[in-house]
Amino acid sequence: MLRQAQHERIGGASPGEFAVEARDLVKDFGDTRAVDGVSLAVPQGAIYGLLGPNGAGKTTTLRCLLGIIDPSSGTRRVLGTDRPLDAAHDIGYLPEERGLYPSMHARDGIAFMGALRGLPLAEGRRRAETLLAAHGLGDWAKKPIRNLSKGMAQTVQLLGTLVHNPRLIVLDEPFSGLDAINQGKLEVLIREQAAAGATIIFSTHVIAHAERLCERIAIIAEGKVAFEGSVDDARGKLQPIVRLKTRNADGPWRSVIPAGAERRPGEFQFELPKGGPEPLLKALIDGAAGIEALSIERPGLHEAFVTIAGEAAAAAMGAPIEEAA
Amino acid sequence: MPELLRAAFVIARRDFTATVLSRAFIFFLIAPLFPILLGGVFGGIGARVAEQASKPVVAVAMAPAEFQRLSEVRNRLARAVSEDRMISFKYVERAPDDWEAQARKLLAEPGTNVRAVVYGWFGDPLIMGDLRADDPIVRQVGLMLDEAQMPPLPSPDLKVTKVEGSTANLSQKRALTGQLGQMLLFFLTLLLAGMLLSQVIEEKSNKIIEVIAAAVRIDAMFLGKLFAMLCSSLLGITVWVTAGAFAIAGLSSGGLTALPVPAVGWPLFLALGFIYFAMNYLLFGAVFLGIGAQASTAREVQTLSMPVTFAQVLIFGVASTAVGSPGSPEALAAAAFPLSSPLVMVARAAEQPEVWPHLLALAWQALWVGLILWASARLFRRSVLKSGPQRKWWKLGRGWASQDRRRRIPD
Repeated sequence: MLRQAQHERIGGASPGEFAVEARDLVKDFGDTRAVDGVSLAVPQGAIYGLLGPNGAGKTTTLRCLLGIIDPSSGTRRVLGTDRPLDAAHDIGYLPEERGLYPSMHARDGIAFMGALRGLPLAEGRRRAETLLAAHGLGDWAKKPIRNLSKGMAQTVQLLGTLVHNPRLIVLDEPFSGLDAINQGKLEVLIREQAAAGATIIFSTHVIAHAERLCERIAIIAEGKVAFEGSVDDARGKLQPIVRLKTRNADGPWRSVIPAGAERRPGEFQFELPKGGPEPLLKALIDGAAGIEALSIERPGLHEAFVTIAGEAAAAAMGAPIEEAA
Repeated sequence: MPELLRAAFVIARRDFTATVLSRAFIFFLIAPLFPILLGGVFGGIGARVAEQASKPVVAVAMAPAEFQRLSEVRNRLARAVSEDRMISFKYVERAPDDWEAQARKLLAEPGTNVRAVVYGWFGDPLIMGDLRADDPIVRQVGLMLDEAQMPPLPSPDLKVTKVEGSTANLSQKRALTGQLGQMLLFFLTLLLAGMLLSQVIEEKSNKIIEVIAAAVRIDAMFLGKLFAMLCSSLLGITVWVTAGAFAIAGLSSGGLTALPVPAVGWPLFLALGFIYFAMNYLLFGAVFLGIGAQASTAREVQTLSMPVTFAQVLIFGVASTAVGSPGSPEALAAAAFPLSSPLVMVARAAEQPEVWPHLLALAWQALWVGLILWASARLFRRSVLKSGPQRKWWKLGRGWASQDRRRRIPD
């Protein structure tokens, strides 16, 4: 309800517009170039993932987009303004390094974060109590944050990021430090916020989260955008993989098997030829392959990431299904 | 309300409540008691030691009538000058013979505190002791012996006509008022400055700085922090003044009221003193906040605090040259220099009746508070948050040709 009102208040942005746009963003720290010509566009209402290994420049890109730091060069536009702090009331930000005042009560900590972004303190406290209760922390509302566990404090900070019902939510490595259950809860929360109309950008080095949540992604490696587009587009960079098991070891059907196919005992594995599955299937049947098993699998985002960002970046990202909820 | 002020208010409210509601604030409030108590204890001991040490006892081994006459002269002089500055006499019965030996014996006696012995008679007085010929004791005794030998005359009836301060006297006394005002401002700011240096450390160590920097302008954060500290300090000062009411009552019997009325009058002088304290605090606070924000740890803040204190003392020294000569070029220069301006102007309020220079000075100082805060915020963004293009002044003429030499960030 409130978010709808905010949409009406902000006015100018129609559903087709981009919530965030960046063009040729460059950020240098001394002689080190952390961000090197990043361009991206985040549609309104999308869940958008910034993927990349540690040190790729994801956090610096987000900090430039939010106006925490100014880029060395390039342009950015956030919620219709090129001065992101002017739109701060409509943005929620969870930094990678979580921070709260330890002596503040959980409720006041959330209300303070809302107040920073223009929410009246009394209203912030009221909403904080509701949010804490909804997330099972109602009994902790009036306890100092220093008494909370790390996971609880992280939840408090996340609620502080959302308390003012932002139109744009930016989460920097939101899953790090959370156990599997809380990662699952966070995924649900992100989907709920997106369903309510918010645009969500989050950075992660865990491909599985991006694969499950994102409609669009940007793969960042060495400060550059190696890919930007939908998850399907990223997967589309690779041909589907064919796994074939035959009764006959040889025959005319072997001519359709590509030269570089991987051969395992009784099984071939190769990229689906450009012509698609039908000509392949026909050639196998006509060539008397004696098909025992045939599967055509779409490659995962991890495989796409390896292709796009390179083996080194993929190795830095860790295992393909890491920390999965 | 403009966004800058709204955001500053949010920060100030958080900082103020966090400061005032902390246990440490109680120690802050009772802090002035410690120097007062220590001063009282050590002052009392010191006074007793000084009394015993500085009041030399002179033994008088003369005829009783001569001692009587000497004592009368001494007491008369003590009433006119001051008891503290006078030597004390101790009567010793004169030995029938060998007065010199008696004097030596008196001086050698342990625990008597006898510094000198006057012996002989009025016609041929002698003094013995570890003294030079021009020693103050010798001169006092000589003066008293002189006076004691003169025939007593009736005291003249000296009629007093009181004039409301001669020009020279009044300006001298007003200069004293100005100096006192300056010192009060200086010491209060000095005492509270350390707190300002460490203001941003909490946000840095708790990593909240990024949440704040993403939500509000750094100028707003600095402004909020500055005003929160000013309000905490004013609250502390109010408590100290209220709690010290008995001391003020003590002063009213001759302390504060003994000072001449400042040139602008007491009400305006006190109001200006209050405003100049706030300005002095804001000016130094803005500088200290900016310097302190560069520090990453409490240790760095401690390292910074000493040069900062020296700088404050230096500025106080500059400002104090203006006392007594408010129109001199030095005084005008010190009034124009933003950091010494409040100190100079509070002294000027005691010495000069014009009000307009104060309005001008306050506007000037407020402008500088804004400028310093703005510069501090820029510096913070540049050096701590590493924001914006990196331009080195010595490379300005070389354009942007250094791109190729830049290293890549490691994976």
